[in-house]
Amino acid sequence: MPKNPSIKKVLVIGSGPIVIGQAAEFDYAGTQACRSLKEEGIEVVLLNSNPATIMTDKDIADHVYIEPLTVEVVEQLILKEQPDSVLPTLGGQAGLNLAMELEECGFLKEHNVRLIGTTSETIKKAEDRLEFKSTMEKIGEPVAASLVVESVEDGIAFASKIGYPVVLRPAYTLGGSGGGIAHNQEQLEEILANGLRLSRVGQVLVERCIAGWKEIEYEVMRDSAGNCITVCNMENIDPVGVHTGDSIVVAPSQTLGDKEYQMLRTSALNIISELNITGGCNVQYALHPESFEYCVIEVNPRVSRSSALASKATGYPIAKVAAKIALGYTLDEIPNAITGQTMASFEPMLDYCVVKLPRLPFDKFISAKRTLTTQMKATGEVMAICNNFEGALMKAIRSLEQHVDSLMSYDFTALSRDELIRQLEVVDDRRIWVIAEAIRKGISYEEIHAVTKIDLWFIDKIAILVEMEQALKEQELTAELLKEAKRIEFPDNVIAQLTGKSEEEIRDMRYANGITAAYKMVDTCAAEFAASTPYYYSVFGSENEAENSGDRKKVLVLGSGPIRIGQGIEFDFCSVHCTWAFSKEGYETIIINNNPETVSTDFDIADKLYFEPLTPEDVENVVRLEKPDGAVVQFGGQTAIKLTEALMKMGVPILGTSAENVDAAEDRELFDEILEQCGIPRPKGHTVFTAEEAKKAANELGYPVLVRPSYVLGGQGMQIAINDKDVEEFIGIINRYAQEHPILVDKYLQGKEIEVDAVCDGEDILIPGIMEHIERAGIHSGDSISVYPAKSISEKVKATIEEYTRRLARSLHVIGLINIQFIAVGDEVYVIEVNPRSSRTVPYISKVTGIPIVPLATRVILGHKIRELGYKPGLQPEADYYAIKMPVFSFEKIRGADISLGPEMKSTGECLGIAKTFNEALYKAFLGAGIRLPKYKNMIITVRDEDKQEAVEIAKRFEALGYRIYATKGTARALLEADVSVRLTRKLEQESPNILDLILGHQIDLVIDTPSQGVDHSHDGFVIRRNAIETGVNVLTAIDTAKALVTSLENTDVKALELIDIADI
Amino acid sequence: MKAFLILEDGHVFTGTSIGAQREVISEIVFNTSMTGYLEVLTDPSYAGQAVTMTYPLIGNYGICYEDMESERPWPDGYIVRELSRIPSNFRSQDTIQNFLEKYGIPGIAGIDTRALTKILRESGTMNGMITTKEYDSLDEVIPRLKAYRTGKVVEKVTCREKTVLKNDGFKVALLDLGAKRNIARSLYERGCEVTVYPAGTKAEEIIAANPDGIMLSNGPGDPKDCGPIIDEIRKLYETDIPIFAICLGHQLMALATGADTYKLKYGHRGGNHPVRDLETGKVYISSQNHGYAVDTRSLDPAVAVPAFENVNDRTNEGLRYTGKNIFTVQFHPEACPGPQDSSYLFDRFIRTMEVKKNA
Repeated sequence: MPKNPSIKKVLVIGSGPIVIGQAAEFDYAGTQACRSLKEEGIEVVLLNSNPATIMTDKDIADHVYIEPLTVEVVEQLILKEQPDSVLPTLGGQAGLNLAMELEECGFLKEHNVRLIGTTSETIKKAEDRLEFKSTMEKIGEPVAASLVVESVEDGIAFASKIGYPVVLRPAYTLGGSGGGIAHNQEQLEEILANGLRLSRVGQVLVERCIAGWKEIEYEVMRDSAGNCITVCNMENIDPVGVHTGDSIVVAPSQTLGDKEYQMLRTSALNIISELNITGGCNVQYALHPESFEYCVIEVNPRVSRSSALASKATGYPIAKVAAKIALGYTLDEIPNAITGQTMASFEPMLDYCVVKLPRLPFDKFISAKRTLTTQMKATGEVMAICNNFEGALMKAIRSLEQHVDSLMSYDFTALSRDELIRQLEVVDDRRIWVIAEAIRKGISYEEIHAVTKIDLWFIDKIAILVEMEQALKEQELTAELLKEAKRIEFPDNVIAQLTGKSEEEIRDMRYANGITAAYKMVDTCAAEFAASTPYYYSVFGSENEAENSGDRKKVLVLGSGPIRIGQGIEFDFCSVHCTWAFSKEGYETIIINNNPETVSTDFDIADKLYFEPLTPEDVENVVRLEKPDGAVVQFGGQTAIKLTEALMKMGVPILGTSAENVDAAEDRELFDEILEQCGIPRPKGHTVFTAEEAKKAANELGYPVLVRPSYVLGGQGMQIAINDKDVEEFIGIINRYAQEHPILVDKYLQGKEIEVDAVCDGEDILIPGIMEHIERAGIHSGDSISVYPAKSISEKVKATIEEYTRRLARSLHVIGLINIQFIAVGDEVYVIEVNPRSSRTVPYISKVTGIPIVPLATRVILGHKIRELGYKPGLQPEADYYAIKMPVFSFEKIRGADISLGPEMKSTGECLGIAKTFNEALYKAFLGAGIRLPKYKNMIITVRDEDKQEAVEIAKRFEALGYRIYATKGTARALLEADVSVRLTRKLEQESPNILDLILGHQIDLVIDTPSQGVDHSHDGFVIRRNAIETGVNVLTAIDTAKALVTSLENTDVKALELIDIADI
Repeated sequence: MKAFLILEDGHVFTGTSIGAQREVISEIVFNTSMTGYLEVLTDPSYAGQAVTMTYPLIGNYGICYEDMESERPWPDGYIVRELSRIPSNFRSQDTIQNFLEKYGIPGIAGIDTRALTKILRESGTMNGMITTKEYDSLDEVIPRLKAYRTGKVVEKVTCREKTVLKNDGFKVALLDLGAKRNIARSLYERGCEVTVYPAGTKAEEIIAANPDGIMLSNGPGDPKDCGPIIDEIRKLYETDIPIFAICLGHQLMALATGADTYKLKYGHRGGNHPVRDLETGKVYISSQNHGYAVDTRSLDPAVAVPAFENVNDRTNEGLRYTGKNIFTVQFHPEACPGPQDSSYLFDRFIRTMEVKKNA
């Protein structure tokens, strides 16, 4: 069936800000789909509130709206743009939910807009628990039996019907408290009685327990003619019980025979057919490890994180094909872009093994529980490919950039046998390291399996790695042994460590014996057909397939690795745009990256993609083969910057700002010298190595001071100290991570924080715009609300900032991008941080000013001058509207994480509010971040002493808006004195009803809780904030944010939002 | 122990010996299935060939004897990247290492199977030798490799005696040209009483048994080496008994009715091949294992017309015989290994028998 000619203009809905569980994969899918639609001559209207995405570029869609993802906005957009169709299956759950609401309220029908890619009936059948259950029953597909009960007797009756063990989940309790697994009637009676009491509605779900079963996923595609294929299946190494996003996943499945594989494949095809899905779909199964029994856990009728992984694991572009199917094409009419000669109606065959590891944020949230459950916690993931499982696992481990490079990286050697067995019961991100230690201690596979339920096959593979460690430690390092170690991807530094040799010796021995990396293709077909746009992965001991095509000039672009807090999708945006810009300049482009969720690892972004870890050794292997003419490191965040030195050693020229100058910006003493030369003040500070030195420095500077390690990302380890005790504690935390770099102690200035990104060509600079932060200094720039153009600073300050930027860029010999953070105290401007590279704000400022900063910087790197590129140097004229970037957090997903804001970044994503007036922009930004007030008009204020005065003013304004204000003693007194009517609530440690009951009562809209500076020893604040977040209450921890929010709420005139097409800027 | 794979074009791969340590010369082919190694090993169509698995990790779930598609493994040799050190599956009864040894199948592991596959893709299927002997010169070996012919392998793999699977549905005569067990099982599960005949059975004997339908199975080798069988099949064609044929059976029926077959460059072996039903336009993912195909240009529309085609290379995948209750497919609706998407063809065969019976 060819393309449906009545589809001419399509609205694509994106997934909004990056949060845990909904990340870069939707930018990848959306970008691919938009390009696929445009290829077909479709006019694409794009809506996504996330400015850091590539899909919100005007090159990707014809009309781009970075607006809040709400029903009202979509309705208005449909009225404005009049698309004939909406494609909602690419924006994750957020996009799908919006489309459902529009369909259900009849809006789409009324305006003759159709849903393509899915129908609301399909969505309902897949998403509604009851409908899903009955649909599965109708086609004979098993789901885990479950029943909601209101009495212990009903629970016993049901459990004896379905068999023990059973899972008990009380309805509406915090974080699943009161639930559990019952293995027999006695346990059931106890847990169920308790659960019924705890549940606010007196209901408990009794469910067949499938924990410990194998978790298997299938990615399926179907077209409107009913043709179905499976793209890939995947096996979670962690059995059912751990969210697939937090599991170690391998593709294809390794422990399923053809009988099981085909049984589940046929089931997946039956399901996608019955749901009448046109496009992609993900089906998750629990498979009994000792029988053919299985349950369907979940069906996602849309592209997903798993589909992004499946795409990258196989080379099959699911989103691209899904978009074509939505237009009416059938699978056998869509070419397979990788082979160029076969069609999309085939199933990819892998001749390699893929391992995905989650990137968990426990290095950021030290207080958080590391336990992995059915609630996803990972912010990102890495993927590695090899022709053996051990190698893929080893490569994935070192791709994480979490100071891990082997199965020895977490040290459990001190644990005894019994302690290890108990540790094995803990399901967290270090479990494979515990298994490795268990194997070292001689604990049998069966014992490990009995506790973890991890398949013996995987345990054996871990054992093979452990045996190699042992062999390297004990045996003489022969060429044979080295060859075998490299086959299973032991990095040179680990081999060196185990053999007591130096890394150089190992490398020399490798080269002398011809043990070098070879590259194989991901070609979708196991070499059955020739491939036209494949990508590559390294293996040892095989023939190389990657040809060094040597006619054009070649540039190596280093990607930014896994998405983590502090280094997000923004850097992928920069890497991709830089790659495109180099292509336009006639370069052959090569990307190295390991993140399966991103656009940069799509098969057709660079001329060549190497799916590899970003370590010096792995990069060097690519460099030896490709011999690039230069490498760019300034777009790939800290990951790429960290490789600068290694690249120079390999003899690869660094394009743009030189390595020495990158260093100069990071090295305190060099940097101080430069500032002095430039006549630019900075907050006074010292470089120290010990706690004693730090305390001395702090006292000299006067508290409060900022303490941080040098070379950090996202303010990691940065803290504000108010006394000696804080300093001691912080230095202790910093030193926990083997720090090779010194520690910085700076005077903490409380002023206006200002940020600029600039392009410098060695002489001239171009500043697209100045951004100011709503929150005063002390809160990480990534967690601050950022306003463009800066509205509260004087022309004089602006001029100073421009001048300082120029001086700094020139002194640091910046060629390309520079990001500078300033503090303005009155008209005095101080520099607090300089990053001679692209930053988090680059995509945002590019979009709202219409200046393509990354392509511009890339051309400057290639020797062009700003003037000859058609720009007037200096600070560019301000736009005639406001653009406000709002941070978005995922605190509710990370149990135990402290949500109070400070110098260490905690947000996972961002959204944009753009409008003609400041107030409307602010309103849109809050709306986009999901803060929709009021519901009950009840709020709690509890602030530290320094904030009481400002809190009074804020409270008055909320009161005027009709809010009922609750406060704890100190705050309440301050408010009462200022004639604000306030209700006193008891503190946490006091008897019920206290502040906690208030929050748990689900009647509170907002909590303003500013924690005292320094180490917050008050556990109360922490408990209050956590409980509020987990109850779904908005919590603000900075007084400035609260002020901005009340300002936004006061503007009741903001009703009909004016939507702005970014493509017109 | 070291082992070598020597190809007739002079390529030599060095790896480790697996299975039996005897030297063998055979035709080297590759299979892209990611699961189902046991089903591949026990598919009689591989008689006379050594099969390379493109998926690098083989033996992960061990050996479960009830999954065998015939009484024994048939390939002359087995070529893999890596055999799993331990098998892991609740049904596993044995390791693949033991299995290969038990049946005397020589093999080689630890070679770059992808590089080998590319050679076969570029140069076409060729002969090769698996050996543990180190030859100083290939001059003596290569002529031997070139001289190798698969020969009349159907005789080798077919059953010796007629057997009957008792049931109370339609009576189906299954001509065993090297049948996979799941063909008979698929019919039996649909109620058919299946009588399995050795390949050399005379048409008269089958017709005399008065079956409701005849099933021609898959099998190994060049269809043109099956002269006498083709003659018998011609006689079956002349009757009005419904016939369903798979793979070699499909090729033999084409040859028996005047069409021609040819050797594909490197064949179709795997579980991911898309075939289009030319009547409905629908595409099915199929299990395939064949090195020869029916030449559609040789078809007389008065005799047979294409019913299925391969979406990738447009080669013929099935025929409908004009004015006859005969349809034949090149791919494997019995799966095992591979997708079960086209198992509906067995239902179609049952319906054909029904219609015929009720007429």
